[in-house]
This record gives sequence, C-alpha cells and structure tokens, in this order.
Amino acid sequence: MSRDAILKTVRASLKGEADVDARREAVKARLSSHQRNLIPARGQLGDAERVALFAEQAEKVGATVTRVDDAGAVPEAVADYLRGRNLPQRVRKGNDPRLGALPFDKTPTLEVNTGPSDGTDLVGLSHAFGGVAETGTLVLASGNDNPTTINFLPETHIVVISAEDIAGDYETVFERVRAAYGEGTMPRCLNMITGPSRSGDIEQTILLGAHGPKDVHVVVVG
Amino acid sequence: MLITAPKFKENAAKALVDKSLQKALGNVERGFVAKRAKAAAALPEFDALRDAARDIKNHTLENLDLYLEAYEEKVTAAGGKVHWASTAEDARDAILDICTAANARTVTKGKSMITEEIGLNDHLEVNGIHPVETDLGEYIIQLRGETPSHIIAPAVHVNKEEIEADFRRVHTHLPKDRQITEPTALLSEARVVLRQEYFNADVGITGANFLIAETGSSIIVTNEGNGDLTQTLPRVHIVVASIEKVVPTLEDVSTILRVLARSATGQDMSVYTTLSTGPRRPEDPDGPDEYHVILLDNGRSSMLGTEFQDMLRCIRCGACMNHCPVYHAVGGHAYGSVYPGPMGAVLTPKLWGIDQSGHLPNASTFCGRCESVCPMHIPLPKMMRHWRERAFEAHQEPAAQRYGLKLWAFMAKRPKLYHLATGIAARVMSLLGGAKGRLSSLPLAGGWTKHRDLPAPETKTFLKQWAEGKR
Repeated sequence: MSRDAILKTVRASLKGEADVDARREAVKARLSSHQRNLIPARGQLGDAERVALFAEQAEKVGATVTRVDDAGAVPEAVADYLRGRNLPQRVRKGNDPRLGALPFDKTPTLEVNTGPSDGTDLVGLSHAFGGVAETGTLVLASGNDNPTTINFLPETHIVVISAEDIAGDYETVFERVRAAYGEGTMPRCLNMITGPSRSGDIEQTILLGAHGPKDVHVVVVG
Repeated sequence: MLITAPKFKENAAKALVDKSLQKALGNVERGFVAKRAKAAAALPEFDALRDAARDIKNHTLENLDLYLEAYEEKVTAAGGKVHWASTAEDARDAILDICTAANARTVTKGKSMITEEIGLNDHLEVNGIHPVETDLGEYIIQLRGETPSHIIAPAVHVNKEEIEADFRRVHTHLPKDRQITEPTALLSEARVVLRQEYFNADVGITGANFLIAETGSSIIVTNEGNGDLTQTLPRVHIVVASIEKVVPTLEDVSTILRVLARSATGQDMSVYTTLSTGPRRPEDPDGPDEYHVILLDNGRSSMLGTEFQDMLRCIRCGACMNHCPVYHAVGGHAYGSVYPGPMGAVLTPKLWGIDQSGHLPNASTFCGRCESVCPMHIPLPKMMRHWRERAFEAHQEPAAQRYGLKLWAFMAKRPKLYHLATGIAARVMSLLGGAKGRLSSLPLAGGWTKHRDLPAPETKTFLKQWAEGKR
C-alpha cells in the first residue's frame, strides 16, 4: 500500500505520467552508461607517482605503509611490523589464495589462523581488492577470501595490496568491481577504508581507535 | 518524536546563559569551520564538484519514482527486502515486525538521524526490545536521556567532565578507582563496553547516506567502525533510509562522496565508506542472514514540485549548522527539533507542521553562510523565507505584529503619507534622544531597548537630506 501511495505522490509531484516513457529511457541509459562525472586531477598520475600518492595519503590519515618488491617478502614484512609494535606473532586471515600462497614457512614463529574473526584476534590480515591514490583509501570485498569481521574486530589490521591494483580514483576501482562481479552486481559488502578508526565525539578532538582497528598497516607489493 | 520547536525563544534564552553549553559550543566554531575551509582549499575542483553533485541530485529527484523502482528491483535480486513506509508510524511498525519475527531482545544501532525522526528507540523500548546506540556520541546522549544536538556530532553539547560522570553512573560493573579523566580513557571504556553489545544483539539497525539504484546497495559513511560492527555481527540488518537518499550509479556516489566528508568534518574521505548489498551469501563466512530496507517517505514526496524540492538534495553533512551564527549561539537543542540549524529550520515545518515549528524559520540572521557552504547548493535562506510567508498566511504571528506589518504596508504604498509620517517620527525621536543622541526606551521596540540604547535618528530623513543636496 505504502509503495503505491508513495510512487503515486512522487509521480503526481513530477507532473504526472505525461513524459514517463521518455524519462524511463533516460533513466535506463543513465544506469547502464556508467558515465563519469568530474574527476579531480590529484590522482591522475603515472604508475610510480600514483602508488607514491596512495602511500602519502594513507600516512596522512594515520595508516602506516611498507613497500616490498614481491609477494615472497610479505611474511617477513608482517613479522617485522608485529615485532616493531611489540605484538604477538599471530594473525587471522581469510581464504584468499593470494594470502594462502605467501611463503609463511619463511617466518616459522608467525602463527597464521584462517577463517572469520570471532573478536578474540589481535591482528587481522586481509588482501585488498584495490586502492585509491586520491585519498589513500583501501577497498576490500567481503566473502570467504576476506571476511568482513577481520576488517573490524582486531585492534590491528594489516592489509596487503598489489601496486597494480592501486587506482587514481574511486571510479576506476568500481569499474574493476563490475568486471570482477558482473554488471550491476556487488560483493555483499564493499569496505572502503581510509586510515584507522577514529572518533571526534568527545569535545571534537580526534582520537584514533574507536570501535574498529586502532592501527592500519598497508603492505604494498610490487 | 516529540518536538519543542514552539518554545524556541525560551529554549534559546536558557541556552545563552548555560555556561557549560557555551563552552562546548566553542568547539563547533573552532573545529568544523577551519577544517572544512582547509579541506575545500586543498582540492582545486571542490566547487566544480559541488555543482556536479547538485546536478546529480536534481536529475535523480526529477526521476525519483523510476530510480526507486530500479533500486528496489536490485535489492530484491540480491536477496534483500524493501519495506515502503509512508509515515513514521508505518516505519516503526515495519521495524518492530522484523525485530519480533527475529525474537529480538537487543538491537544495536549505528548512528541514524532518521531513526530519531521516527522516534524508534522509544517505540522499541515500550515493546520490550532494548536499543543500544553504538556511535560514541549517540551512546553518550542515550546514557544522558537526551537527543542529538547536532546531526553529525550528536554530543557536541557535552563536556568531557560530564561524560566521565555519566560513565561512572552507568558503568557500575567497572572499578570505582579507575582513571577516566582523559578522553582516550573514556573512548577505551566505551569501546570495551560496546564491543560486547555487538555480539549480544539480535538485530543491527543503521541509516544510509546513499542508496544506489544501479546495484541495490546501501551506503553508510562513518569514522568509528561502529556502524560496520552493527551491521555485520547480528543475524538481521535493517537499513532505515528516506526516499531521497537514492542516487543512480557508483560514479554518481563517487562524486557526492568527494564533497560530503570535506563539508562535514574536513576529512578528504571518512574512515569507513561501506556499500552493503543484500544478506550473507552461501559462500560468506560472516554477515547478516537477513537484509531489510525501510524506505521512508514521511512527507518528502510532497516536497517534490514545490519551492521546497531543493531541500531533498541535502546529504546531512552539517556544514550549514557548523557555519550558523544562531547555532553557534544557542546550540542544537534550542531548536527543539530532531534536525537543528538552517537545514532543520527548513525541514521541521514540513515534517512536523508549520504550527509545530514556531519561530524556527525566523531563527536566522539571513547572513547566507549556510547556503554559501552547502555542498549541494541548497538555498536555505530562501526556503526559510518561504516558511515565513506560509506562517504569515496561516495567521501565526501575534496580532500586534500582523497589524503592524499591515499598517506599514498601507503607508509604504502611499509615498506622500509615508514621508510625512517618517519625517515626523525622525524629528520626535531626535528630540527625545537629546544631546546624547540615544534612546533608552521606546514604545513597541522593547525587545531592542531592553538590552541596548537605540541611536536616535538625524532630525531629517535620509531622503529629505538627499533632496536638500547633502551628499
């Protein structure tokens, strides 16, 4: 009932059904054309500069960033980070094959648990779907590979990202989501994460580590 | 939701002498304004993006019926369910039904102004369901039994000493001798207390900053991560959103996101921008089993095609109140509505009726700062004037004011009579002002002379002096 009543009022306010067919065509075209609006120049850079801007922007919002040459160096980079933060050598990750293929045998003291987080893990390890240089934003897709709970429950979140997946702008990442999941289809949850959790609710002073991770560490591969 | 907007004058008078409130309000002016200016200046395309964002919303509103239909189709295809609600009551009922079907006892909530608009928490509580606000600011005011005084900083009126006292009063299971004078300690305590609530909750309720027609996704934009925990851990996720939140595509939402956080908190991007599409899928190890969207109208559809249509572009960034001298002076509670500040002064008469909104459309100096910073270019002062006109037409002003204005209009239409009368008034007032040139009391102008003298005019009117060649 409400549905029809609301749509009826909307149509009446929009001057009735007169041009509804023409409008329907226009809307259909808009939804399928994926036309980009103005995109800021900031992120439109060559490969090296784009990755550098991503790191710079991520650090500006309180994340830390390490760069490694290839995936083989990731376990050591993770172990080093944990040691530097005086954290136990233990991480929780999903079933992402890119994480599964990492040579964790190189870091025998690093305990790697697989599956969603139940809230008892101190450190989560994810692989990003993509990144956005413009604002240092990580984009993570939900699913068995990278469960959403790992992004939010552990106090420390380590995110691995391939340099080639770092785009200049959000639009490019969304286009890659379409390519990966299909037109008009999305992963259940797409998390765009820009730095560690924070709150300004006490006297408008920004404090890091509200309900999500207090630390976000990004390992850029390549 | 009970509103006290008709008492704006009394509320404002109290707010002006509330020392603790005045101290807290300083944070609005000091913080938000400078941060927004810095973020806007750092992005050369900022103003062009505002234009683009406005155009996107205008296009969407002009085809709102079709975008809503497209959105619903995609939500359904992803396994979610859309519940249309014409009124606040419809929305409350739909939410209660979902909670009851889920045998819910505890509900966690992400920050959502629309659930304030429909008075959801009270409704859940009288029906035996315990709502827990998880945004730090919302949690603080829930403990205090208050309503938000700002749409993005709900506890902006509270000082840290008061928060400490509230935490000590409510968190009685924690050691009495703990140190929580520092904001970081207060934040840690809230984190620990609320962490358990996410796991206890049967249903998680969030609002939505945007709905995407192309994909059937709802978006929340937050900094704390509470909204994400609220919607990820319970079995059921309910999104409550009003119909104007829909935008066509992922590209369109990208554009509006670029102006949202910059206008709100001065961040380039909020920490968490989360796109949710339907419930948990067969291969998913986490996420809710059910995904519902309550699509609320509550008067918005009747704003289309009227002088208030532009208000539906609002993305709730709070920039208008952050830059409002009236808000700076009296804070959000004085407005007596769910939505304070300039955007609230426009929206409240529509949502609760002009007869319930009292002086809100007059709670403005008409300085125009709100419109100048609005990322969606909403002509807020113009719309407040529209409400003034409607209030006048509805005979809401006191008789003295109405007759005064009528008398003035009569005179203004008769220039000779007008000049004669103003000439006499100027001479009389000048005489009364004497050597001091100031009047300490004047009939019909008590509101002014109670607080300061009125400068007496020259003996002759400006026009008269002009005519006499004094230039």
